Amino acid sequence: MYDFAYHKPATVADAVKLLADPDAKAISGGHTLLPALKHRLNKPSALVDLSGIAELKGIRKVGNAIVIGALTRHVEVATSAEVKAAIPALAYMADHIGDVQVRNRGTMGGSVSNNDPAADYPAAVLGLGATIHTSSRKIAADDFFLGMFTTALEPSEILTAIEFPIPEKAGYAKMKNPASRYVMAGVFVAKTAGGVRVAVNGAGPCVFRQADMEAALAANWSVDAVAGVKQAADDLNSDIHGSAEYRAHLVTVMAKRAVAAAG
Amino acid sequence: MNVVAPFEGIGASVRRKEDFRFLQGRGAYTDDFNRQGQLHAWIVRSPHAHARIRGVDTAAAAKMPGVVAVFTGADMAKDALGGLPCGWQIHNKDGSPMAEPPHPVMAAEKVRHVGDPVAVAIAATREQARDAAEAVIVDYEVLPAAATMEAALKPGAPVIHDGVANNLCYDWHIGDKAVLDQAFAGAAKVVSLDLVNNRLIPNAMEPRAALGEFDRTTGEYTLHTTSQNPHVIRLLMGANVLHIPESKLRVVAPDVGGGFGSKIYHYAEEAIVTWSAGKLARPVKWTADRTESFMSDAHGRDHVSKAELALDANGKILGLRVHTYANMGAYLSTFAPCVPTYLYATLLAGTYTTPVIYCEVKAVFTNTVPVDAYRGAGRPEATFLLERLMDVAAKETGIDRIELRRRNFIQPDQFPYQTPVALQYDSGNYQATLDQALAAADWAGFEARRAEAARQGKLRGIGCSTYLEACGIAPSAVVGSLGARAGLYEVGTIRVHPTGSVTVLTGAHSHGQGHETTFAQLVADKLGVPVSQVDIVHGDTAKVPFGMGTYGSRSLAVGGSAMMKAMDKIIAKGKRIAAHLMEASVDDIEFDRGTFRVAGTDKTKALVDISVAAYVPHNYPIDELEPGLEETAFYDPKNFTYPGGCHIAEVEIDPDTGKVSMVNFTAVDDVGRVINPMIVEGQVQGGIAQGIGQALLETCIYDADGQLLSGSMMDYTMPRADDLPPVGVATHTTLCTHNPLGVKGCGEVGAIGSPPAVINAVVDALRDYGVRTLDMPATPAKIWQIINGGRRQAAE
Amino acid sequence: MPQVTLTVNGQTHTAEVEGRTLLVELLREKLRLTGTHVGCDTSQCGACVVHINGESVKSCTTLAVMADGAQVTTIEGLAKPDGTLHPMQEAFREYHALQCGFCTPGMVMSAIDLVQKNPGGLTEQQIREGLEGNLCRCTGYHNIVKAIAAAAEVMHGRRSEIARAAE
Repeated sequence: MYDFAYHKPATVADAVKLLADPDAKAISGGHTLLPALKHRLNKPSALVDLSGIAELKGIRKVGNAIVIGALTRHVEVATSAEVKAAIPALAYMADHIGDVQVRNRGTMGGSVSNNDPAADYPAAVLGLGATIHTSSRKIAADDFFLGMFTTALEPSEILTAIEFPIPEKAGYAKMKNPASRYVMAGVFVAKTAGGVRVAVNGAGPCVFRQADMEAALAANWSVDAVAGVKQAADDLNSDIHGSAEYRAHLVTVMAKRAVAAAG
Repeated sequence: MNVVAPFEGIGASVRRKEDFRFLQGRGAYTDDFNRQGQLHAWIVRSPHAHARIRGVDTAAAAKMPGVVAVFTGADMAKDALGGLPCGWQIHNKDGSPMAEPPHPVMAAEKVRHVGDPVAVAIAATREQARDAAEAVIVDYEVLPAAATMEAALKPGAPVIHDGVANNLCYDWHIGDKAVLDQAFAGAAKVVSLDLVNNRLIPNAMEPRAALGEFDRTTGEYTLHTTSQNPHVIRLLMGANVLHIPESKLRVVAPDVGGGFGSKIYHYAEEAIVTWSAGKLARPVKWTADRTESFMSDAHGRDHVSKAELALDANGKILGLRVHTYANMGAYLSTFAPCVPTYLYATLLAGTYTTPVIYCEVKAVFTNTVPVDAYRGAGRPEATFLLERLMDVAAKETGIDRIELRRRNFIQPDQFPYQTPVALQYDSGNYQATLDQALAAADWAGFEARRAEAARQGKLRGIGCSTYLEACGIAPSAVVGSLGARAGLYEVGTIRVHPTGSVTVLTGAHSHGQGHETTFAQLVADKLGVPVSQVDIVHGDTAKVPFGMGTYGSRSLAVGGSAMMKAMDKIIAKGKRIAAHLMEASVDDIEFDRGTFRVAGTDKTKALVDISVAAYVPHNYPIDELEPGLEETAFYDPKNFTYPGGCHIAEVEIDPDTGKVSMVNFTAVDDVGRVINPMIVEGQVQGGIAQGIGQALLETCIYDADGQLLSGSMMDYTMPRADDLPPVGVATHTTLCTHNPLGVKGCGEVGAIGSPPAVINAVVDALRDYGVRTLDMPATPAKIWQIINGGRRQAAE
Repeated sequence: MPQVTLTVNGQTHTAEVEGRTLLVELLREKLRLTGTHVGCDTSQCGACVVHINGESVKSCTTLAVMADGAQVTTIEGLAKPDGTLHPMQEAFREYHALQCGFCTPGMVMSAIDLVQKNPGGLTEQQIREGLEGNLCRCTGYHNIVKAIAAAAEVMHGRRSEIARAAE
């Protein structure tokens, strides 16, 4: 790693000030950032450790939504009685991110702000039509994920919490990359008050909604309904672990499994 | 007196002595050593697969914080150092020697693979050294690369080494081509198969590390290194590279975190830190990060072959013809040339009575990391080829695959059995291991399991391999005649201390094998000293007289035999002392597990009485016998050893994703006499994990420019706990006839026998899809492609 | 330079570190606790796993400064002062769950967290999945899985001592 200054602010306001430096970077669990820094892929002037900010922690039910603080670790989401009761698919997802040690450190805010195409959480955020709360505003999931490792967050803007509307039902299934165990193709399906939503992660350069599957499920919520919907391979990822065509095929398979899991 | 509890001797699953330190974080691995005034080295490595070095500018780097020195290949050249040597010379078909281009420690003129060392930055901390290494400016003229054997052999291919025509290292063969052609002419059936043996990256969990020191008072160098054979490193580095006499060079291989072959070789970094320590008169440490391991540890396998099998109408094999291309990488690693020749082609008879075999091997230079022995080394490649070919032959002759193997097995009464490819097997019983494995795996009940899986929408398959390996390497005169530049004996010293405890000095090296326990059991068994009072010393050239190290499943067969020989000398001397003490004739003294007895009497002396007398020679035959009780033996094996057996894999494929799940794995191995069943079982399980890894998960991929695409654990699939099944391991013993322990070796059988069993099972699961050739690894994407292609074909 | 104060195996240490210093570097190089190993640089092998405040964490993916104020337990802190091994250590030895020993410290630390988090017991499959963050190249995991199952019995009080492995 290149060396950097280290700050540990106690409030969101202080963190935002520190992040005004364009070369400063926020860190929470560090499980995405630190491996990149270790390979010297990034040279931040300072790391702003958000882990001392109490207001970013915690899970609470607000009306018909679950609001999860950005610093909430995957293990906390996975084991939260509230999440398990309201959105079991989200708890299931959290329980299957990375490995035990990643789940003990990694945070929801870190994962979502980073928007790794092979990360899990973006699929739940987009699939549930969640609202992202930041240090300055609220952003709808549909407007948040802009592209590979790119989100609507401004450089000094901090993701503070994510508000997940409680769906009628939801399910998630993924195929892991055999080596990295990141997502090779994953599908999150949800039947929500606002309609059926299907989000695909891993397969493309950024999480995206699968409109044909949404239409099929809206008409008939069943495994058979998505079984016949093919995902186009055109813009999907292709690498030594699988072609775009393979990933496209997996999207349908995972959609079927996600619907089955949702019940 | 202390009588040995029998359960500590040969055949007992004694729990390991070394575990106490490993389990409490008290192991001492190379990177755990830190010295006063120690500096850290970071190697500047080529980012290009093939490039000419126009210049190296170290000025900026040298001025960076904490930097003490920056050395380049040119600096090494100024000191007239040698290159990294190759330990085995192969001869071409025409009798000329192989091409053996220089292998500079640090490249001065040209780089030939991504990761090739160019310079070294040495600084107070590792991060400072890395900062400086990044500031070294290397002016490269990038050249076209030959990243694959196909690219390297093409007309007009880039010339990797001046003077090496067609990038061909050697063109070698074994066997009688004319006789083979006759056999094929008379065959009822010829079966042929193209095979790729996938390139692997060993990935021992401990990354390589080296710590060089120089003592200005004595002029002595010390190197701590992650090595499987410190004496060999001392010899190669001292004599060939740095020109330091053995008396001034100590090499220590302390606790080493796995090797699997990759830590046999003499690597550039060992020479760099030792030389730098001398130049700077300060300790210099280098520890690889995993990314460096991927691009600097020798890789394994990487063969492309065509195999043809001639059979008569009854399925009896008449002959085998094999053409193989073997990738050497950019330079010859220490033992690379022997792997695809004498460790490969000589194994092609397998467990079968094939009367004639012809094999031609072309070894090719490419712009990739050097390739050398990795667990099994040549023998997995031979076994994969043969056992895949047997399954294809079974299918194409309509003979059941088990039956075809039975018809061709060497029979138990045919030993010693001379194969047409140089080896003479001493013992084995391939029918017995097959029968035992078939029963343990419930082969007979498989079709019911397959039908049940089909009801669940899964494709289930079963496959076997009836393999053989040659190990316990090796008779020095034989390997010498085949091109080895070393002897392959082993050395053991037994030091019985005055009060009866024992120190064993062995030239074998343990990097996970449990020698500190198994070797102590030999002493317990033979001398009657409790395991707790036997200490095994290994891995230090200043302590152990000499040694050739651990690889090729040789530690017990060769190193253990040396210990047995040394113990025989201890007993012989002990008898003379006992005879004196008990006033009897030496010929009347019997010895059994710690007790010397005058035959037919109750007069006895314990070993400790003898050791006390030997070191306090007041009442001692001092005119005839030297005091002391310490003996050293060199043991040179009379033959290779020949473990063999049967592995059976059962897999289930999810046709939706193509994912292959290992549902069952059964191994019945004949490893000769078993000293510690627990450790043998562990060795076999570990080998099988690596074999399953090769078959289903692992592969090294370069792109056309020679960039390593599978260059980290993010892209190179290491087997995890949930990738592997519980593995049932059993043994069936026939004794090795030519070493004193009757042992054959167990370190490699798992990695040798398992890959074809797994792939045969996968092909069996896909039997409705007409699969004939399936290259490893059988990844989900690859299997899906087959299934999807098959469905498409069916639809068309 | 930032200063960190942390408790390691019951002992409080204060050290000056760089911002970029990893927890594992602090442990190995400053505190000379070399039982915790580094086997990869992509946070996958788990040789570096320690406990922070009772939970398993990859110390190669944690800055030393982030452990300020934390209770850290490493492999060196498991056995009792009188040398009695932790049941997990005992089980690893009994079931021959280690060979070269390099992955062992991290494997043991992960295994303890896994067992502690599952008081109701663990199936073989759960143990295998729970080891996703730890690589072993020697054993094939077979004996590691058996050792963890045996240790769980003792850690949860269902047995008083580690069951003997089958001979």
